[in-house]
Amino acid sequence: MTGITNIMIVGTGGQGVLTAAEILAEAAIAMGHDVKKTEVAGMAQRGGVVTSHLRFGPKVLAPAIAPGEADLMLAFEVAEGLRWIAHLRPGGLAIVNTMRLIPPVVSTGLYQYPDDPLAEARARSTRLLSLDAGAIAAGLGNPRLGNTVMLGAAADHLPFDPAVLRECVLSRFRHKPGMAEPNERAFEAGRAATAAQSAA
Amino acid sequence: MNAAVPPAAGRFLLSGNEAIARAVWEAGVRVAAAYPGTPSTEMLEFLAAYPDVDTHWAVNEKVSLEVAIGASLAGARAFCCMKHVGVNVAADALMSQSLAGARGGLVLAVADDVGLSSSQNEQDSRYWGRFGHLPIMEPSDSQEAFEMAKMAFEISERFEVPVILRLTTRVCHVKALCVTTGRREERPATGFSIDPNRWVLVPGTARKRLPLMFERDKALAAFAEQTELSVLMDGTDRRVGFVSMGPAALAVREAFPDAPLLKLGFTHPLPMGRIRALAATVDKLVVVEETEPLVEREIAAAGIAVHGKDILPSSGELSYDVVRPRVLRLIGETVPESDLAAAPQVFPRPPTMCVGCPHLAPYYVLSRMRDDVLISGDIGCYTLGAGHPWNALDTTICMGASMGIALGISKARAEADAERSVVAVIGDSTFLHMGMQGLLDITYNRGNITVLLLDNRTVGMTGGQEHPATGRDIHGDPAPQIDFPKLVEALGVKPERIRVIDPYELPTLANAIREETKIAEPSVIITNQPCVLIDSHKRKPPFVVNEDCNGCANCLKVGCPAILVTRRETKVGANGRTRELAFVEIDTPFCTGCTLCVKTCAPKAIVEAQR
Ligand SMILES: Cc1ncc(C[n+]2csc(CCOP(=O)(O)OP(=O)(O)O)c2C)c(N)n1
Repeated sequence: MTGITNIMIVGTGGQGVLTAAEILAEAAIAMGHDVKKTEVAGMAQRGGVVTSHLRFGPKVLAPAIAPGEADLMLAFEVAEGLRWIAHLRPGGLAIVNTMRLIPPVVSTGLYQYPDDPLAEARARSTRLLSLDAGAIAAGLGNPRLGNTVMLGAAADHLPFDPAVLRECVLSRFRHKPGMAEPNERAFEAGRAATAAQSAA
Repeated sequence: MNAAVPPAAGRFLLSGNEAIARAVWEAGVRVAAAYPGTPSTEMLEFLAAYPDVDTHWAVNEKVSLEVAIGASLAGARAFCCMKHVGVNVAADALMSQSLAGARGGLVLAVADDVGLSSSQNEQDSRYWGRFGHLPIMEPSDSQEAFEMAKMAFEISERFEVPVILRLTTRVCHVKALCVTTGRREERPATGFSIDPNRWVLVPGTARKRLPLMFERDKALAAFAEQTELSVLMDGTDRRVGFVSMGPAALAVREAFPDAPLLKLGFTHPLPMGRIRALAATVDKLVVVEETEPLVEREIAAAGIAVHGKDILPSSGELSYDVVRPRVLRLIGETVPESDLAAAPQVFPRPPTMCVGCPHLAPYYVLSRMRDDVLISGDIGCYTLGAGHPWNALDTTICMGASMGIALGISKARAEADAERSVVAVIGDSTFLHMGMQGLLDITYNRGNITVLLLDNRTVGMTGGQEHPATGRDIHGDPAPQIDFPKLVEALGVKPERIRVIDPYELPTLANAIREETKIAEPSVIITNQPCVLIDSHKRKPPFVVNEDCNGCANCLKVGCPAILVTRRETKVGANGRTRELAFVEIDTPFCTGCTLCVKTCAPKAIVEAQR
């Protein structure tokens, strides 16, 4: 569809994928777009694969992004980034958190975690940026800021002003003044981490 | 708890479920009841936060529908919602009430799990419209869900009939912009009017109502031809025309923006005149419906040439990438082989039980007794016991079935199974939903079954709702609380065969299960620790693994996701046999301190973390 931006946010249960998608949706609405957002979260409350599809533009019909149609993928976990890489369109951009979350099926030896998922993903994707959002957040003194770091990493790769997204992130903390400042720093740290790379 | 706040007017990003809750409130509904079930659950949860609606969780879908029917008979607008399989439970009430009809607007929202993300089957609820002579409406997104839900009450009152609002996961859980009015219609209950010729369905009255029902079918079919709930979206590409509804219609419009589409909102009975008119103007007519070919068959039976399931799948979602290439091929276009790269193969992440879940211990024990027991299971988080690493659940079909299935297995007991005891595993909410009758059947018919009643004080599977044994209502306010030991005793289990056990006391639990499975009488073992995701769960100090870990891997058999393998080794013993060792650590920030792994650790290498 013309004029539609397709963003996938992927990760595992409990990582904040759904909140990140919600904030991106708010930013798109603030820009005057029509928006649809859908997720597939398996049965598990925790640990399962979580994918959120966000589509925005003048008028959005179907909510799900067809394989090969995503413009941007934000992966909160590196193997999840690899899992969904084929959903990107040719020339689409993947922004991947290098964090690894090992599920019980791997730790009990039933399956193997890929040796170098980032390299495999890079080989598949035309453009890929990676960052260790967890380490960046920990460096800022709070591992829970990883979510905001990832949103910051996406901010310069959206079809609108990064300030709009930052506003939407910070408005979540309007009533928690102590949290606004660290989240702002996390957001800017995420931006800087991807700005320093060229998407190769 | 929280004071009820009316939903505001405005333009919001709403899920279909929230949009429907707001519509139900705006429509002036006075009574709403439901039993949870994905993807329907949030409708009632949102509604419970609004004022002036008597909203409550019922013990099962049949009761919830009966409550709504009662409210409708009392002249109030009433709402009931459930997942697709819930209608099987409620069907007895639904099928007969169709004859008597409705007074206050009565709407049943049914959420089908198209694509099977969290259910035991993928049945198509639109059959109920045919079976029960009931009108069906199908929205495709939140705004339509909002508007159709309001209209559904009017249609129900105008034709004096319960209306089915058929939803799918892609309506319930998709968020889209939706404009609401924030105004509630004033609809006081008009009062019950005594009319045994209508409300008392005995053969004499039912017989008289039958012709009225067929008249109603005709009136509804005439309405279907007129209503603006269904729209013809015209197009210039007349090689193909579509009839579609729900989210599938959005996929069709996106894939074929220039082809005519009759988008049905009121989908049963069908507007056959409008369909015939469309068919006359296009080369080929295609029905795109999720999931079974109901509309297609009726169109074909009316003598109109139609395509549908000859080219489209009969299960799963009919999304853009499913519909487009198949229809293109039908109209003779060559579809290039997909140049999409195949998705990489990555390990699965099957759903797991939570860290410290109180269901871990019973399955650990059962997995240790695997050769001695047949395990009839039920539906809930504990169904995961069928999977790795426990493999300790042998059957699951529907809610409450663990009881009857266990009795049947034990009564038929084949020679091959003679040495095995039969165990039934059931959750607290599932027991109250449909398990109680099965237990009564076991005691009455002298069954020899050991029942594990896993009481985690919530409906865990659907996100933690209240039920009659939690002591709270849907608003979180204190409510009468059923006492499980007394209940099962009243159902005929001897008091000495009823045990209440803390599942984290692993040896006690293991002994109880071993003992009860050896006694030839019905027994019930009730575990009593709360779900780790609800408020009453209290975390204890977490654990770590010290250097004494000898790699025995016993703790991994508990299946707690906080136990991580750091290193594997193959050891060759003095006798030449090899052993697989797995050394572990504990994901301490997630550890709840439940101590189950401690109790399985022979070298005592798991110790309390320093704080
Ligand atoms: C007829 C029907 N209604 C609803 C559901 C959805 N559902 C699946 S399991 C379940 C209840 C689970 O609660 P409980 O038995 O307490 O077990 P828990 O998940 O807490 O372990 C529900 C409501 C269903 N599968 N079938």
